[in-house]
Amino acid sequence: MADHPLPLSRRALLKGAAGLVVGVFLAPGAKLAQAASPAAAGPFAPNAFIRVGTDNRVTVLVKHIEFGQGPFTGLSTLVAEEMDADWAQMRAEHAPANPALYNNLAFGPMQGTGGSTAIANSYEQMRKAGATARAMLVEAAAQRWKVPAGEITVSNGVVAHAASGHEARFGELAEDAAKLPVPSDVKLKDPADFKLIGREGKVRRLDTGAKSNGAARFTIDVYAPEMLTVVIAHAPSFGAKVAAFDDKAALGVRGVVAVKQVPSGIAVYADGMWPALKARSLLDVSWDESAAEQRSSAQMLDQYRTSAGKPGVVAAGHGDVAKGLEKATKTFTRDYSFPYLAHAPMEPLDGFLHWDGKTARAAFGCQFPSIDQPTIAAVLGIEPAAVEIEILLAGGSFGRRAQPEGDFAAELAQVAKAFGPTRPVKLVWTREDDLTGGRYRPLFLHRMQAGIADDKIVAWKNTIVGASFAKGTPMEPMMVKGGVDSTMVEGATELPYALENFSCELHIEDSGVPGLWWRSVGSTHTAYAVECFVDELLQAQGLDPIEGRIALLGDDARYAGVLREVAKLADWKGPEVRAGRARGVAVAKSFGTYVAQIAEVSMAENGEPRVHKVWCAVDCGVVVNPDIVRAQMEGGIGYGLGAVLYGEIRLDYGRPVQKNFDGYRCLRIQEMPAVEVVIVKSAAPPTGVGEPGVPPIGPAVANAIGRLGRERPSQLPIVPGAV
Amino acid sequence: MAYTLKVNGKTHEVEADADTPLLWALRDTLRLTGTKYGCGIAQCGACTVYLDGQPLRACSLPISAVGKHEITTIEALEGAEARAVQAAWAALDVPQCGYCQSGQIMSAVALLKVVKKPSDRDIDLAMNGNLCRCATYVRIRAAIHSAAAALEA
Repeated sequence: MADHPLPLSRRALLKGAAGLVVGVFLAPGAKLAQAASPAAAGPFAPNAFIRVGTDNRVTVLVKHIEFGQGPFTGLSTLVAEEMDADWAQMRAEHAPANPALYNNLAFGPMQGTGGSTAIANSYEQMRKAGATARAMLVEAAAQRWKVPAGEITVSNGVVAHAASGHEARFGELAEDAAKLPVPSDVKLKDPADFKLIGREGKVRRLDTGAKSNGAARFTIDVYAPEMLTVVIAHAPSFGAKVAAFDDKAALGVRGVVAVKQVPSGIAVYADGMWPALKARSLLDVSWDESAAEQRSSAQMLDQYRTSAGKPGVVAAGHGDVAKGLEKATKTFTRDYSFPYLAHAPMEPLDGFLHWDGKTARAAFGCQFPSIDQPTIAAVLGIEPAAVEIEILLAGGSFGRRAQPEGDFAAELAQVAKAFGPTRPVKLVWTREDDLTGGRYRPLFLHRMQAGIADDKIVAWKNTIVGASFAKGTPMEPMMVKGGVDSTMVEGATELPYALENFSCELHIEDSGVPGLWWRSVGSTHTAYAVECFVDELLQAQGLDPIEGRIALLGDDARYAGVLREVAKLADWKGPEVRAGRARGVAVAKSFGTYVAQIAEVSMAENGEPRVHKVWCAVDCGVVVNPDIVRAQMEGGIGYGLGAVLYGEIRLDYGRPVQKNFDGYRCLRIQEMPAVEVVIVKSAAPPTGVGEPGVPPIGPAVANAIGRLGRERPSQLPIVPGAV
Repeated sequence: MAYTLKVNGKTHEVEADADTPLLWALRDTLRLTGTKYGCGIAQCGACTVYLDGQPLRACSLPISAVGKHEITTIEALEGAEARAVQAAWAALDVPQCGYCQSGQIMSAVALLKVVKKPSDRDIDLAMNGNLCRCATYVRIRAAIHSAAAALEA
């Protein structure tokens, strides 16, 4: 355990690896290890992603941030597979901010993590990187032993030539390999020969050890000589500005060094967190809220209901819904409403920055380097190339750290700039800052209408009302087309079901509340509305939730695949289980991954649903790490369940009511169901698993409640708030 | 004011205001960063440490109240229960983001020191003060059962 491989810093990692690639951590202006060029001697760096030390360690520079979803392990698995490395010699660390080298191939010219893309966009790239390294190590051995390269084998990190009896480990060949030309075309393994990819039990996570003994280093753990800890008194409502402030009492707190106004509020600089917090509580700030969002959640929802009665922008449609409804013998209408949700990662936003007037060195859980790097540069008035970002492990994100406008990076730079280039700063958001600071999953309303005639759904209309967080940001051209923000309607425009008269309309409302993607984005609400409504229609027709869905499906067989697998796993015999318990079904595709879930639910004496067990089938194409796929399904189920049961940030006259975990109720261990996961065998290209576990759990639970003879909850969260 | 703290078997002088939570003395002064900040109001358990062996939220204990009591943090966690729990955490790859896991492990080890073979209900009671937003709860539960079994063997 103690010797587990997670690097505490680049320097610690490379100590012992010939010492030539040195990542200097805290000194500003010091050059980061040039990831592009191999060191002259010593570590073998065949490409931007792999370092082989003379100590035999293979370090993978991972271009995706590790905040739980497993890219350290996943991307290293791809490399190790093609290198034929021994898993025990593998290490992972974050690649630095360098969009030229570390783009997310799914995002175009942008370095960043999100959309469950880490494995999908790295699958070929990292395998090629590994195969290239392997080819060069083999060539180095062939030249040293004067044998044909074709006769050399590699297995478990040992390069061997059977006929001559030669053997060498990677480290012994690293220096020679570093001198060879990089081959441009390497052959990848036949998947039938995989020893690690998709294999059970062959790979353990690279970060578990350090995350089990307190050694894992997060942003909040960064300290540097002379560093100041900074907290900000933020506005109480969105759009409010500082009118005046009095810092006399705050400056009297021992350990407080300065108080400065910054664009987002009043920043307190102190020697440590406690003096900063104490001083912040003593600040007397008057806020001008005249331009701030002052509506309550309930007022907004009223307005959304009015909008839902008017024609919206057509996001998708075919047939004639009005005609379908005319010939229906039975019609259904249902409104579903969805509250603001905070992401609430365990580690609130934080960042370290040392600006010396000319260059800046940042270290934080940076999810969008391509946005954060130029953002910091612009605030400080320096070139993006003068901003180095060391990417650190982050205590969760769920979308929170992926900021299209780089607002946290900007605030970090503003705090450094306001103080001046004499001392480094660590800006820390408290939980209260986190929960009241916006960037929520926006408020949504879905109005569903359908008609049934002759045992058939003859019309389906879904009207979605909400605010777009992409509008007015650099993401707008990518996400908003023809008046439709795709993140608001995904999951509602392309249903699994073949429906003859179908339409999905959208109303984009103005809002002063900053929104953001929240684990599974549009599917956080569309899957709930669609899957609850279809289940209600099936129930009205007396149909089985599994068989009824399968009969309705269109051409995509992978939906039926996950539905059949989950039914088998749960030994499905219908929604009724036994007195007081029922099972609900839901299926959703998000980010290319298909997930079906069955939830077994009862109603507890206190009126809250009790979710006993969840069965889950996932089809994410080719699987790299089956245990991480299962872990992400488990985690996605827990994260999604907590939100549908309890999650809500309610605005009262524009001000968030829930301020900490006492008000913003999150799922706890006694509320976590047992989870069983089956992975559907698939040869389709790999897709992600970080988000797709989330969408089906809400409707699966609601549909179980529906099968218990109650109404499916139409207003989330299911359990009304305590605050 | 200077306080004498006994942490992980060593004595430290910490210069701080009386109301300074133990959490910030541990982190900012002693640089024992395994103990994490998550809420500051004893709602999430990320800052769980031991006071004379009893689990407690360091964010809500003022440094002036520590007195002569001995503090143990994740960095000095030791003993058969700790080894079994950490081994089970590794075998099941419990952590995801990892931020809450110091606190989870502190609570889990404290449970096993008192209850050798905890039931699911015992685990619920001992662990419900520790939030995990990655919802690693299924594996936390399984790892505690597995550690208990290993200790019994």
